[in-house]
Amino acid sequence: MSEVKPYPPRVLVTKIGLDGHDRGSRIVASYLRDAGMEVIYTNPWQELDSVVKLAMEEDVDVIGISSLATDHLLVPKLMRSLSDAGLSHIRVIVGGIVPDLDEMELKKAGVSRVFHPGSTREDIIDSVNQLAIQALEARPSF
Amino acid sequence: MTELSTGLTSLLAGESTALARAITAVDNEHPVARDILGAIQAYLGKALVVGFTGPPGAGKSTLVNRFITEMRARSKSVGVVAVDPSSPITGGALLGDRIRMSEHTLDSGVFIRSLASRGHLGGLSISAARIVDIMDAAGREIVILETVGTGQSEVEMAEIADVRVVVLAPGLGDDVQAIKAGILEIADILVVNKSDMPLAKQTVRQLKGMLALRAPVERQVPIIETSALDGKGIPDLSEAVFDQGTNHASTKKLKSADRYRRLLAQTTARLAETLVHQQAHTHLKTVLEELKNADINLDTAACRALKILNENLLND
Ligand SMILES: Nc1nc2c(ncn2[C@@H]2O[C@H](COP(=O)(O)OP(=O)(O)O)[C@@H](O)[C@H]2O)c(=O)[nH]1
Ligand SMILES: [Mg+2]
Repeated sequence: MSEVKPYPPRVLVTKIGLDGHDRGSRIVASYLRDAGMEVIYTNPWQELDSVVKLAMEEDVDVIGISSLATDHLLVPKLMRSLSDAGLSHIRVIVGGIVPDLDEMELKKAGVSRVFHPGSTREDIIDSVNQLAIQALEARPSF
Repeated sequence: MTELSTGLTSLLAGESTALARAITAVDNEHPVARDILGAIQAYLGKALVVGFTGPPGAGKSTLVNRFITEMRARSKSVGVVAVDPSSPITGGALLGDRIRMSEHTLDSGVFIRSLASRGHLGGLSISAARIVDIMDAAGREIVILETVGTGQSEVEMAEIADVRVVVLAPGLGDDVQAIKAGILEIADILVVNKSDMPLAKQTVRQLKGMLALRAPVERQVPIIETSALDGKGIPDLSEAVFDQGTNHASTKKLKSADRYRRLLAQTTARLAETLVHQQAHTHLKTVLEELKNADINLDTAACRALKILNENLLND
C-alpha cells in the first residue's frame, strides 16, 4: 500500500592497509554525517575481509576508502571480494593521493570515483548521494 | 502455512546477508518488512536479550566487547544492535560503537549492526524491538542491545530486554544523582565500570546508598564492578546476566502478557502510520485548534482524536 520512503544513505568510511593517518577519513565522515547520512566509522588498518563483513552486516550503500600511502592498490582485490560476497551493488569510492595511472586501474576494477586532495565538500556529498541511489537501484530484493 | 520466500528461508536459516537485509527493510519501514515480521512470529522467544544502557562514555561498547568474548567462550552465537542518536536537524549520524568491538569483526558467530535512532513512527522501541526479533528469528542465542541512556531510551530498552544492565562510571560528573530517576527502576544489574579508576569506589558507595533508600523490593539488584579495559569483573557480570536470564525463563509464563504488549505496540505503530499516510490531520483540525487555544489538555485531545479516527478512518 505505502510507497517506499526515502531513507538516509548508509556509508562505511574506512582505511585499509598499513597507513594509520585517519584525519582525512574523519573529516569526510563528519561531512557526510552533517549532510544527513548514516556513517559507520572504523579504525584504520582494516583487513579486506573485515571491510567485506562490515559492509555486509551494516548493509551499506557506499564504501569510502581513504588512502594516503599506496594502500589504494589493495582496492581491486576488495572489489573482487565484494563481488564474491554478493555485494556488487555497493558503490566504492577512494579518497587520497592516487596517481593517474593507478586511478585508471581502480576505475577499471569498478571503483566509482577517486577524490584527490582539494576535492570540495559539495562534490563529495553530491557524489555519495548519487552513488547511494545507484546502489539502491542495483540492490538485490529481499 | 504458505511457502516462504527465499529471503525468509535464508533468514530463518541464520544466513548473515539475509539477516542484514531484513534489518534494513525494517529500519527503512519498507513494505516487505510487514511480510518478514509476519512470517517470523512463530520463531520468536529463543534468544536471551540483554540490554546495556547508561550515559555516553560510561564504557558500554567496550563492556559489550568483553561480554561478547565471554559469550563466545560459552559457544553462544551473538547478535549486537548498537543504537546511536541521529541528529534531529540533519538526520545524519556517526555510528562508532563497533570500533570498540573490532576484535570480533571476523567471527562469523558475531553479527553487529549499528543503528541510528532516526525518527521512527512509534519510537525507537518499536523498530529496535522488531530488529531484536529478527536477530532472534535468525537464531542468534544472545542478542545484545546497546542504547544511550538519555531520557526515553531507558524505558524503551526496559520493554525489549530480558535482562537490563545499567552501566555507570566514575568521573562523568554528578551523573549518579542526575540519572537515578528512571534508571534504578529498570535495572536488573547495575555495573560500575572503570573500576580501575580511583573514584570508582565512591560511585559504588553512592549507588549503594541510593538503593538502600528505595522501598524494599522482592528482587535484589546486584552492583558489579568492572573494568572493560583490563577485563576485571566481566565473568561476574556474565554470571549475573545468566542468573537474571534464568529468572526470566522461569517467568516465561509472562509470554502472553508479552504478546499483548507487542500487539499494543504494533497497533500504536499502525495507528501512527495511518495518521501520517492518510493525512488524518484534516480530520483533526478542530482538535488541534482547541489544543492551540489551550481549551483542552493533551490527554483529552488524544481521546478525542481517537474517537474521530475511529469514526472516519479505521473502518476503511
Ligand atoms: N579507564 C577505563 N576506561 C574505560 C573503561 N571502559 C571504557 N573505557 C574508556 O571510556 C571511553 C568510552 O568508552 P565507550 O565504550 O565508547 O563508552 P560508551 O559511550 O558508553 O559506549 C573510551 O575511551 C574507553 O576506552 C574502563 O573500564 N576503564
Ligand atoms: Mg557506545
